[in-house]
Amino acid sequence: MRLVLAFACFFRILFGKKLPPEAVKFLPDDQQPKALPPPKEKVVVEKVVVEKIVVEKPKTAQHHRDGALALLALLQREGRLVDFLREPLDGFSDADIGAAARDVHRGCKKVLEQHLVMEPVMPGAEETKVNVPKGFDPAEIRLVGEAKGEPPFSGTLRHHGWRVTETKLPALADGIDRTVIAPAEVELA
Amino acid sequence: MTKVLGIDLGTTNSAVAVAGDGEPAHAVPITQVTGPGETAERPTLPSFLLLPTDHEVPGSALQLPWSGPLKYVVGTYARDRGAELPHRLVSSAKSWLSNSGIDRTAQVLPFRGAQRASEVSSAPGEAALEIDGERVSPVNASARYLAHLRAAWDFANEDEPAGEQDVLITVPASFDPVARELTVAAAREAGFDKVTLLEEPQAAFYAYLAARGDAWRNDLAPGDIVLVCDVGGGTCDFSLIAISDEGGTLSLERIAVGDHILLGGDNMDLALSAIVQRDLGRPLDPMQQRALVQGCRRAKEQLLGDQPPKSVPVSILGRGSKLIGGTIKAEVTREAAEAMLVDGFFPKVEATARAERRKSVGLRELGLPYAHDPAITRHLADFLARSLGGKQPTHVLFNGGVMKAAKLQARVVELLRAWAGRDVKVLAGADLDLAVALGAAHYGEVRRGKGVRIRGGTARAYYIGIETAMPAIPGFAPPVKALCVAPQGLEEGSTVELPDDELAVVVGEVSEFRFFAAANRKDDKSGALVDADTDGLTELSPVEKQIEAEDRKTGDLVPVRLEAHVTEVGTLELWCVARDGHGRWKLEYSVRERE
Repeated sequence: MRLVLAFACFFRILFGKKLPPEAVKFLPDDQQPKALPPPKEKVVVEKVVVEKIVVEKPKTAQHHRDGALALLALLQREGRLVDFLREPLDGFSDADIGAAARDVHRGCKKVLEQHLVMEPVMPGAEETKVNVPKGFDPAEIRLVGEAKGEPPFSGTLRHHGWRVTETKLPALADGIDRTVIAPAEVELA
Repeated sequence: MTKVLGIDLGTTNSAVAVAGDGEPAHAVPITQVTGPGETAERPTLPSFLLLPTDHEVPGSALQLPWSGPLKYVVGTYARDRGAELPHRLVSSAKSWLSNSGIDRTAQVLPFRGAQRASEVSSAPGEAALEIDGERVSPVNASARYLAHLRAAWDFANEDEPAGEQDVLITVPASFDPVARELTVAAAREAGFDKVTLLEEPQAAFYAYLAARGDAWRNDLAPGDIVLVCDVGGGTCDFSLIAISDEGGTLSLERIAVGDHILLGGDNMDLALSAIVQRDLGRPLDPMQQRALVQGCRRAKEQLLGDQPPKSVPVSILGRGSKLIGGTIKAEVTREAAEAMLVDGFFPKVEATARAERRKSVGLRELGLPYAHDPAITRHLADFLARSLGGKQPTHVLFNGGVMKAAKLQARVVELLRAWAGRDVKVLAGADLDLAVALGAAHYGEVRRGKGVRIRGGTARAYYIGIETAMPAIPGFAPPVKALCVAPQGLEEGSTVELPDDELAVVVGEVSEFRFFAAANRKDDKSGALVDADTDGLTELSPVEKQIEAEDRKTGDLVPVRLEAHVTEVGTLELWCVARDGHGRWKLEYSVRERE
């Protein structure tokens, strides 16, 4: 069960949510929550503008898969990615596919740019000589071919890798069925 | 030390910048609903308000980190989802705020053609199906954008609530006193009790000053005149700032502002999409048309930018899940874009060109008074001729999303040089989308004594209409004289008293005065009397006041003197002061629709 919890924690942190209550016992002692002071009453700023706002406490617990589904929904909404991947390409010319792909590319690129800041793991141009220093992290640098002896190693940078340095994913409201990544559309007459 | 919040309450996008925290003015990202049940930060808040029914968007999809489910949404999701629900979408609230053709405090938005609010609410039965749903006033819509900006700030800065900081809100230089007053009312409704107004072109200039630091003194010299050319999504706004030498230091004065011109980038995108659609030769449904307009906007930005390609493909993706099969392909060529956008909206014209004005026809569809002449350069030539009488600016500062296009900047500079017969330099400003908010934040610092201030005062001279006494002639209204109550350039915080005149108000009755403005009558001092039909005078909504009886008898005639006061906020107040010293009454701007 710890594996499931670990995944849940991963996605919750990734999408800016609070950790699930079961995770608390894994926190270091000095980070354990104390008895919380009663929450400060938030001033409802819209009071002047709208007559009544129904403030409801979110009821359903957020499932960790919601984060992954929400990202897919974003890629579909902005870039129609799911439509594109689900459509058989047989019978379409490269030009037809290209025309659509351009828009899909633009939309999905926008999602990446708005929500994730990325940089290469290894600076430097690809296809040039690089040094793999002593004490490198094999999760960051994947060696291809035989590594003889101890680092530093010398080799050719084939792919500079990608690292997400900042995630700015949307905050997700509770109580929404995230499995609907694109709603059906009905145009009323 | 409190901070300064500069708020650009824009026609299509709003932005917030902050200063006074030891760093240079910087923009603040705004948390907003970006999709159903999704909130994220964006650099600006699209000025759109969506008022959906539960069937269209459930309240659970509209929650902000600081709220429960809402019945409305502003910002990105309002704009995007609103395109599919145009009957529930409020857009361009700011243009409605300055439209005297409607009652600006009545619930008329989303605007539905010629339907009046009264007719809508009184229609029962099946008609109600068509026209149900909430409607708001232009003031209330603006208030909701401001309330959102305030709530987003407060959520991120719990210890420094926005209401306790110095708040500056920008308005078009062309906003009349009523629209300024209504902007302040919207701010108050949003919980900003104390705000200061700043004209947008001035804010853009402050952003330039902030970005250049002291180096601006090398850019400009006494005698120079800077044109601020601000073309946004929906409006054109021109201002002139003169540089002079005052005791050895450079001083800045805003000497003229243009008219309110409803013409901007949205018109261009529509125009371009019209050509593409004609070439397609097939009908498009409203959603496809919207996709086409967006595609054309992107094409415009590429084709008018640096190193434009020969053509830009525009595709309208299939609406169903069959994406590739349903895609419509089109293309916008550079020639077509340049012919339509550069030569159509920025044609080469002479300095003597005049913008075509719409003749007043008997019946006009109720709605926004869009500019009749699409040529921005003609409006510009017209403005310069009226304001400078033959002189030409020496520098230009661009602002607004449209002016990001290198080709359009180049065309304006080319014309300014041709008109002046000499070089006209471009001042490098800040980010054209955020400059107004940044400049407003910087101005807040200037007000605290850190930096040079642009003097300006009232953009126009204001007049009260006075009926002249003459024998009645059937069929002729008695001629109206205009009495100058506030000369052009009246500074914030100053008051002018009019010399005693034979003016009187009747106790217990509503006294209504016709109200006029003039942009280019610098020589009229307060108390000057001119003919109301003099060229250059524009009539605004009237001002009025019901004088309560108190210790006087109803029907009594009270001799009064007029007083004009420009508040620190930046609004104009007109007062009637009883000559016997017993009582003073503030005249209210009438927001009712003008006949």
